[in-house]
Amino acid sequence: MIPWPVKYRFFTPGVIILIIIALNGLAFLAVRFFSGLGAVTNLDNNTPWGLWIGVDVAAGVALAAGGFTSAALGHIMHREHYHAIVRPALLTAMLGYTFVAFAVCVDIGRFYYIWHPLIMWNGNSALFEVGICVMIYMTVLYIEFLPIVTERFMGRVDLPEFLSFLNKPIDKVLRYLDSRLKLTMFVFIIAGVVLSTLHQSSLGTLMVIAGQKMHPLWQTPVLPLLFLLSAIAVGFPMIIFESLIASRSFKIKPEMKILSRLGAMVAPIVGIYLAVKIGDIFIRETFKYILIFDATAWMFIAEMSLFIIAFILFLSKKITNSPLGLFSASLLVIAGVMLNRVNNFIVAYKPFFNPSAYFPSFGEISVTLGCIALLVLVYRTVVMIFPVITQERKDLVKKIIEIENSRAGSFK
Amino acid sequence: MKNLNRRDFFKTAALGATIATLGASSVKGAEKILSENRIGILVDTDVCVGCRHCEWACRTAHNLPTPDLETYSDNSVFIEYRRPDATALTVVNEFENDNNSLLPIYVKTQCMHCERPACVSACIVGALTKGEDGSVIWDTNKCIGCRYCMVACQFQIPTYDYDRSIDPQIRKCDLCHDRRTSGKLPACVEICPNEALLFGKRSEVLRVAKNRIKRKSDVYIDHIYGEQEIGGTSWMYIAGKNFEKLKLPPLGNSPAPGISESIQHGIFAYFVPPVTLYALLGTMMWLTKRRNKDNDDNENVDVKKDGKGEKS
Repeated sequence: MIPWPVKYRFFTPGVIILIIIALNGLAFLAVRFFSGLGAVTNLDNNTPWGLWIGVDVAAGVALAAGGFTSAALGHIMHREHYHAIVRPALLTAMLGYTFVAFAVCVDIGRFYYIWHPLIMWNGNSALFEVGICVMIYMTVLYIEFLPIVTERFMGRVDLPEFLSFLNKPIDKVLRYLDSRLKLTMFVFIIAGVVLSTLHQSSLGTLMVIAGQKMHPLWQTPVLPLLFLLSAIAVGFPMIIFESLIASRSFKIKPEMKILSRLGAMVAPIVGIYLAVKIGDIFIRETFKYILIFDATAWMFIAEMSLFIIAFILFLSKKITNSPLGLFSASLLVIAGVMLNRVNNFIVAYKPFFNPSAYFPSFGEISVTLGCIALLVLVYRTVVMIFPVITQERKDLVKKIIEIENSRAGSFK
Repeated sequence: MKNLNRRDFFKTAALGATIATLGASSVKGAEKILSENRIGILVDTDVCVGCRHCEWACRTAHNLPTPDLETYSDNSVFIEYRRPDATALTVVNEFENDNNSLLPIYVKTQCMHCERPACVSACIVGALTKGEDGSVIWDTNKCIGCRYCMVACQFQIPTYDYDRSIDPQIRKCDLCHDRRTSGKLPACVEICPNEALLFGKRSEVLRVAKNRIKRKSDVYIDHIYGEQEIGGTSWMYIAGKNFEKLKLPPLGNSPAPGISESIQHGIFAYFVPPVTLYALLGTMMWLTKRRNKDNDDNENVDVKKDGKGEKS
């Protein structure tokens, strides 16, 4: 079992659909950059934040949490048998955060000033903390990914003819990087985990300042803790979900041994989250808002049900041992966390003056879906170039021979 | 429902305050810079006749497009409740007067210039600042257009240029900063024909407001909106009708950024918590290294090979 670039054809019907979705999103993006936010979004002065902040940024950051939870498990607790999942999780986090940064650029009015927080500081602002942490963490993720690049290209730098004189110097740089990174990587790995806990929780602090504008079912001073716990809770399910999808898409045998063990850890974490969340509702006596059964209450019920059902499913050994069971249970946690972020940032936001409730426009939805599609496409490309996904040696050899044969065939 | 919301929010706030003791030391910043002579403006809704000259003066002073002053006498705009937007930093709305239906109540809306402004606390780059004189000013050279100030503001005041892709502005009342530096009054105060707007030292304005309420206790309810609300505001209102019915949101007296800043400073508290966490994780990493190595060597030899140099 070794991480190796996936050998598979790039274009499949699914990939073509993804490309169409991505292009559709890009078209709306162009309109946004030429004509302003108003041309594409349903945002107004009463609802300044919508789908792009709720899903692309908030849910995006949460779903990239697999990066730091797996790093904590694999590297900090040194559970070496989990190493097979560390690389895919790292790649997801790296691409996830890149897209979060991109989404922020799309959403902020003056995208060309995105660098301002680097030199203009406001320590009182939760958003400032989130921004700075995300920027640093993204850098850390790219550094953590570097060893995969050096591993892939050390001794194999082979540039086209006219650049071939660069082969040697680049190889030298890679070797130097590799030797340095081996010694210092632990610094970045720990930093990555610390930075993640900081900004995952501060993302929750963001909405605290909205005060009464936020529905009492969600507005609580423990929001940062809830955000951190739910981010940790969604880390492993996200890894399981991706791993199973990747194995299916690339026809690789799923790593059920590792995934089941990961799955067994999900129930306690989701349990802790649920305990804090339900405890908070009872301490602040906000459960009475559930009993109103209005649209907002139903959103809350839906969110909680997803977590509770997932919690029960993950308790069962039978579920965590079957690929389908694991997949569905993980999907429920992911949906729960996504809905939680959407609820916190969009549904719960109920300002005093709000003549028309916000619903995302077709353009907003297109851009969000386009971003996700693009993310999947980039992921697919990267795992085909770099050794990210762990595969059985004999399967790999078989596939490579197949490809060689078909190539030889096409030349005949 | 709205009332229930409010009471619960205060409960939430109390819970927040307990959590906040973690980092309570650091949140006094804003009060320190406020001058004794800071500005206060009183809106006497009993005096205002709804001529909307302030709207015209405000637009003119801020170089916003405006129709002629004569058109402002058109009363049909009052049919719909209006809010400030990118084209108007202040608007006047009409409300029914329960005591005398012939004399409606007019309420001017604009940035309240909070004593402890949430927008200033929230702004990611510090583009919004609270001046010594009490004014809250936006700096176009810093703003990144994230609209977090709009999320934070309890009065829903900052507005955004949704139709511009380059250089969109956050717009709100700046207490006529430019006019005041050249010794003039804010445009709305200067033009008001009935002196419904009283501009002065905040403490002085408060004294006058209290006097008016005492003198005409049959007209006014005994409440100065903005004296305590959300930690106090520079603009204050007196009226003969419940303020919530005049669409001035019912807010508690604790400053808006209080809980958020406390949490923020609690998490950071001179970088002690993050550094501690870092040290803790480092120790854990070092301790588990040995222990797991032995276990794993027997259990799963395969994954430890990195496959380097393997060539198919």
